[in-house]
Amino acid sequence: MSDFINGSAGGSGGGCGKEGGCGCGSQSNSGSDIASAADFLETGQPQTRRGFMKAAAALAMTTLAPGITLFAVGGGSAEARPLDEAASSKVRWGMLIDASKCDDGCTKCVSACSTENGWKDNGRPDTDAQWIRAVTLKNRKTGATQTLPMMCQHCEKPPCVDVCPTGASFKRADGIVLVNKHTCIGCRYCMMACPYGARSFIHEPLEDQKDYAPRGKGTVESCTLCVHRIDEGRLPACVETCNAEAGGALMFGDLNDPNSEISKRIATYASIELRSGLQLNTGVRYQNI
Amino acid sequence: MARTTYRVLNGRGVTFWSIMALHALVILIGLGATYYMEHNGHIVTGMNNRIVWGMPHVFAIFLIIAASGALNVASISSVFNKLAYKSFARLSGLLALALLIGGLAVLVLDLGRPDRLIVAMTKYNFKSIFAWNIYLYIGFIVIVAGYLFVQMNRGTESWTKPMGVIAFVWRLVLTTGTGSIFGFLVARDFYDTAIMAPLFIATSFLFGLAFTILVLSFTCFTIRDQLMNKEVMNKFRDLLIIFILVVLYFTAVHHLNNIYITQHHGVEKFLLMDSPVYATLFWGGQIIVGSLLPLFILINKSLGSNRTAMTFASILILIGGLAQIYVIVIGGQAYPLEIFPGWDEISSSYGDGQIADYMPTLPEVLLGVTGISLAMFITGAALTILPFLPQPISDE
Repeated sequence: MSDFINGSAGGSGGGCGKEGGCGCGSQSNSGSDIASAADFLETGQPQTRRGFMKAAAALAMTTLAPGITLFAVGGGSAEARPLDEAASSKVRWGMLIDASKCDDGCTKCVSACSTENGWKDNGRPDTDAQWIRAVTLKNRKTGATQTLPMMCQHCEKPPCVDVCPTGASFKRADGIVLVNKHTCIGCRYCMMACPYGARSFIHEPLEDQKDYAPRGKGTVESCTLCVHRIDEGRLPACVETCNAEAGGALMFGDLNDPNSEISKRIATYASIELRSGLQLNTGVRYQNI
Repeated sequence: MARTTYRVLNGRGVTFWSIMALHALVILIGLGATYYMEHNGHIVTGMNNRIVWGMPHVFAIFLIIAASGALNVASISSVFNKLAYKSFARLSGLLALALLIGGLAVLVLDLGRPDRLIVAMTKYNFKSIFAWNIYLYIGFIVIVAGYLFVQMNRGTESWTKPMGVIAFVWRLVLTTGTGSIFGFLVARDFYDTAIMAPLFIATSFLFGLAFTILVLSFTCFTIRDQLMNKEVMNKFRDLLIIFILVVLYFTAVHHLNNIYITQHHGVEKFLLMDSPVYATLFWGGQIIVGSLLPLFILINKSLGSNRTAMTFASILILIGGLAQIYVIVIGGQAYPLEIFPGWDEISSSYGDGQIADYMPTLPEVLLGVTGISLAMFITGAALTILPFLPQPISDE
């Protein structure tokens, strides 16, 4: 599996794309990493071991091709967004899920997302955050069963964004639907409006958060498509893990680019949007359900 | 016709102060419950990722709907020139403000981040009906306060009618907005219909008048018999009957509409037949307790013109009203989203395809009840400070 991504990832103000931002800080992280790398070249003394590792990664990125850089990640490849560019509507990030490649009972994408973004299974599924979940479907007559992942569908016209009173729920120019953690008041109207049950409310205090995926008690959250990774030219964690360790059911890429692998696949084989009657033009599509 | 004079609530006595003290105690307990919820997170409530709006929202919506309806008596007097209601116009406006403040307090205190109220007041997404409602609520408070001012201030009485018209139109828009919070939810089978707006308006008329009658009965002990004389009782009685029938009509249309649409059969069967909670609350709560029993009392003339019977009917109406809002708010969420039509068995850690469980906890119920106590406390306090009540003729 290669060349999932064609075109460039983009973002403004890190993962949030807004003034104040959601705090995911991917741009600032990347920017500071490169600055750290430059410092390292000049001084040879990165401030910390972690800083050195990040600096080295950032340096590798810029050395390969400044501005437009190839990564080789989990069997796919991606192009990083130049750091001084805002997210572009020329790109629309999306995902194609081939349900026939999902093994029964497989939850590797769920685990990968949980590990990457720092949400946990506390044994209270009703109130635990679930950015992605494995759904098992069964047809009683035929006995056919199917497992597939379910997450934010990153709608072109997201109902959660429509109803959010403060504008905390928003869609980035490149189609990624996010929550600005600074302006979410925790009213949960977006959860009432989401046709996919894809959002979680943080019901209890949190510990050990990831700096690139900030979360906060009393606010709402959902799949970010791993925006921090996309902005660095990497694949979402679920896609990377599924490709590396499972059936390769998840394909990520630019839906606006007719030459991207995902667009070609969608053009060649039938795929569906869940709840297509709502005409939300989801960024996540399914095959073989 | 003699000019109506007004007075503050005199002769308050032990019973009045006992009720006020009880409301104050409930408010304090409710604030404690709120602190507990905010400190520990909503994990201590019965709400979860599927029933995202719970008991606080039931009470909040109930009070907000009642608030716009409480203004009805004033509107009939100012807008439609019915002089029989004029003497209650001030009380009606006061009650409208108090109920709205009570409902909004519950709504705000249940937010995941109530400390960010300033964000809700300064950042608006104008496509959101929720954001529009914030404007409508604030506007309602300002307009009704102005409406009360022109009524109570000497020399501005001529503004009463235009202000009354503005307040009446605004309250219709406000309740349309409240109903549309549900009506605009395309994701859920039980909502997503324009009838939610007129249903909420009809409901508001009923709740508002029931609250007005209860305040007259339970706050104005010494003068209630004079205030609620036979003429007033008959008019209130007729209005209650009409409002109950109109709410029943819109409720029937809502359900029949869903029953006609095959796609919505599941949620209707669940709410009206299968669910022991919601079917019981609908048939037993809204229909029998909240509609048929009060209708029986009110239509029976010997009972209907009796103040005690009418007070009892009003209590039944509000109990049925709470059941109605519970079924709409909680029942509508409990039914699963139809994400995978055609598949018989759906399972996941999220509970896809399953009915969502909800068991309210004490803190969230206390928060909800606090809204009612806050509204009643504000009303009681205002009655003792400013002349909202008409002077009974025998006192003059």
